[in-house]
Amino acid sequence: MSEMGYFSIIISTIFVNNILLAKFLGQCPFLGTSKKMETAVGMAMAVIFVLVLAGSITWVIYHLFLVPFDLVYLRTIAFILVIASLVQFVELFLKKSIPALYAGLGIFLPLITTNCAVLGACVINIDEELGFMKSLVSSFGFAVGFGVALILFAGVRERITLARVPKPLQDTSIGLVTAGIIALAFFSFKGMV
Amino acid sequence: MLTALLFMLGLGATCGLMLSVASKVFYVYEDPRIAEVESFMAAANCAGCGYTGCSAAAVAVVAGEAPPSVCVVADAEAAANIAAVMGVDPGTAEPLLSYNTCTGGDRAADKYYYMGINSCQALATLYGGKHECPVGCLGLGDCVRACVFDALKIGPHGYPVVDEMKCVGCGACEKVCPKDIMEIKTMSQKLLHLNQYDDRIAPCQQTCPAEIDIPRYICQIKNGDYEGAVNTIRERNPLMLSCGRVCPHPCEDKCRRGIEDEAVSINQLKRFVADYEMNSGRHLPVSVAPSTGKKVAVIGGGPAGLSCAFFLRRLGHDVTIFDAMPKLGGMIRYGIPEYRLPKEVLAWETDGILNIGIEHKPNVMLGRDFDIGSLVASGYDAVFLGIGAWKDYTLGVEGENLGGCYTGIIFLTNFALWQQEDGARDRQPFVGNKCVVIGGGNTAIDCVRTLIRLGAEEVSIVYRRTRKEMPANEVEIVAAEHEGVKFTFLAAPTRVIGDEEGNVTGLEYLKMELGEPDASGRRRPVPIEGSETIMEIDMLITAIGQGPDVFFKDESKRLDKDLNLTRWDTIDCEDPVALQSSIPYIFTGGDSATGADLVVSAIGAGRRAARSIHLYITGEEITPPDKTLFTNNIPVSIFDSVEGIEKSARTKMPELPVEDRIKSFVEADLVISEEEALYESDRCLQCCLTCYNKDVA
Repeated sequence: MSEMGYFSIIISTIFVNNILLAKFLGQCPFLGTSKKMETAVGMAMAVIFVLVLAGSITWVIYHLFLVPFDLVYLRTIAFILVIASLVQFVELFLKKSIPALYAGLGIFLPLITTNCAVLGACVINIDEELGFMKSLVSSFGFAVGFGVALILFAGVRERITLARVPKPLQDTSIGLVTAGIIALAFFSFKGMV
Repeated sequence: MLTALLFMLGLGATCGLMLSVASKVFYVYEDPRIAEVESFMAAANCAGCGYTGCSAAAVAVVAGEAPPSVCVVADAEAAANIAAVMGVDPGTAEPLLSYNTCTGGDRAADKYYYMGINSCQALATLYGGKHECPVGCLGLGDCVRACVFDALKIGPHGYPVVDEMKCVGCGACEKVCPKDIMEIKTMSQKLLHLNQYDDRIAPCQQTCPAEIDIPRYICQIKNGDYEGAVNTIRERNPLMLSCGRVCPHPCEDKCRRGIEDEAVSINQLKRFVADYEMNSGRHLPVSVAPSTGKKVAVIGGGPAGLSCAFFLRRLGHDVTIFDAMPKLGGMIRYGIPEYRLPKEVLAWETDGILNIGIEHKPNVMLGRDFDIGSLVASGYDAVFLGIGAWKDYTLGVEGENLGGCYTGIIFLTNFALWQQEDGARDRQPFVGNKCVVIGGGNTAIDCVRTLIRLGAEEVSIVYRRTRKEMPANEVEIVAAEHEGVKFTFLAAPTRVIGDEEGNVTGLEYLKMELGEPDASGRRRPVPIEGSETIMEIDMLITAIGQGPDVFFKDESKRLDKDLNLTRWDTIDCEDPVALQSSIPYIFTGGDSATGADLVVSAIGAGRRAARSIHLYITGEEITPPDKTLFTNNIPVSIFDSVEGIEKSARTKMPELPVEDRIKSFVEADLVISEEEALYESDRCLQCCLTCYNKDVA
């Protein structure tokens, strides 16, 4: 991915390597916040916001501290700490400076503190040995991919209420089946970039 | 290893430092009451209140956007604690409850067959759902799934049943229902509801002038829940003992069973539960909303005034009834004779109404002892004028003021006062031997039946049309016939003849024949030339209709002048639903707005006026909703024929034998037994708007 152009990175992260449907990260909010379109959109926005920030700051931590001091093996724990603090910080910042945005993202921000899609995307960026700018674009792409998948899935789940679902398959079960089928559909992007 | 430790320590310290600095720098002042309020909430984060979590709800409470009782999980004590933090009165909020307004359910005929749909929302989107009934419940239970408190389930008949103990009034079911069947209301909102075109109500309830939920109380009787039935009736009618005795039950004319069979004896069932409560010796508790501190004066303690006062009190206002007579009841005490409505029964009923916290000032008359201006001066926010129709119309013929001539209301009132008031014992009413009552209404019948009981030898009614056109209740006419009253139909009095001492000796009348129908649809009587006949009498009572006595308007020097009257002397109110007079804070209802009418109409008007007064004094728009049904029927609910009815006999009203009842003023109509009540309640088809229970499948 490091040799790809910005456009390819965006296509790759949104479709080919979709964080939810190809990487299977962040399944918990995927199932939890996809019952209603409204919450799905809120969640998607919050993820885009946080992931871009987290992607850049973890890149800085990794390349300025972990690599020079030969502490790469502390990557996961360091990232978790940094992301969690970051989200808290952002929440405080927004509350004071941009109350309107705070009200919009509201309860979704703290939910992302423990979202593995955010951590996963940061780790992938590092593994792919992307430069800072590319890592930023890639983070944005992953977040948009998350949003696209989540919103698509919420649309489908809203429609599922119209269908007759056998009792044992209702709710989360049919949600997982549907997610699987959507993931299969996303496999058709494989090989595009 | 050391580097790793130092790095992690450093990173942790940096993060911690950064956050603590940020929390200082980005500190937003938060009202300390928010945390305090939140501590009293249930911390369930259920979002049942409509806010995203408890802290959001606490913020809303402190911002004054939500009431102290916002938390749907916490109990009343928590609400009181929150109110204490906020320094407000916890009592301002009434509990909300969910109500299902459709009782059709599975009985509704299917219009479409859908496959594979399991949500009401989806079903409603596709052609409005499967049932013929456009407004009924779809029964797939979106509301049940929406309820996080497990307070709803789809009952055995295919519509949701609310468990009132579990319901917290969060409104989730109301929001999710595509047919607007679930309604979240306080008792006050329920009391204020007027029948509407899109309500799911049976023809009987549409027709009842007081809008009582008849199928519901009959169902409660059927299930043996007599107290529940009393409470149901009391949401619309505080005078059920009186109505159960004297109401001509227009509801029964529209009873769906009555189309193929005899109508259900609705009024007998009402009387049965009303008597059940009285015989239990205890007034059932009546819910009253927290006090609003507003004062309303109700002038006139008749059915309209009592009903208006009752509902205003239940809405939380302070009410005072000003009445010209010594005791409450108005025309039903001083007009309706003892044998139809025993005054002991009426007293028990009015005591129950006063018991909920209504003040009663007897023996004060508007225009004589006070006027509207003095009420306004003493701080009343609104006035209800329920002065009734106490002034008899006169014949306008020669000699009607002779000795032995009375008007219906004066005769009945004097008699009632003599019978009921110790102070009036010496004023025994005059009773003739050959008595004639002119008129065909209930007042005329009350007069003749009273005269019979007072021992008049010969009592007759003179009416200018025929029996078919008599406006009196059919049962009353039949009872009068049984008791030996003579009827002279098609006779128009032209002259009253007296002797030298000024006492009446005869009545001259013209014979009539029926001509073309007039505006009221009744055939107009036309006099036959030269058919003058003289009837020998020694007592004459004219009871040809009555209107309000508005003398107070002439007496008044102040505001009352602006009060507009119609040409019948009734109080002019543009909208018969809003009942607001030309002076905005004066409302009216009952006979004083319509001229002499039914008790149950006055009760309905009292409630409508109470609604308008409530809206007026709380600063809201009075205009009734466009869809207000008022006395009309919903076309789709009125059938020409009814399938699946098996004929069954209607319970007969037990009555005293004629020979016993004409000797005394003991109540003539008796109450049905419990067994009969259960049988009769079982005859009810439990109709909804279009659904009903068939006798045979």
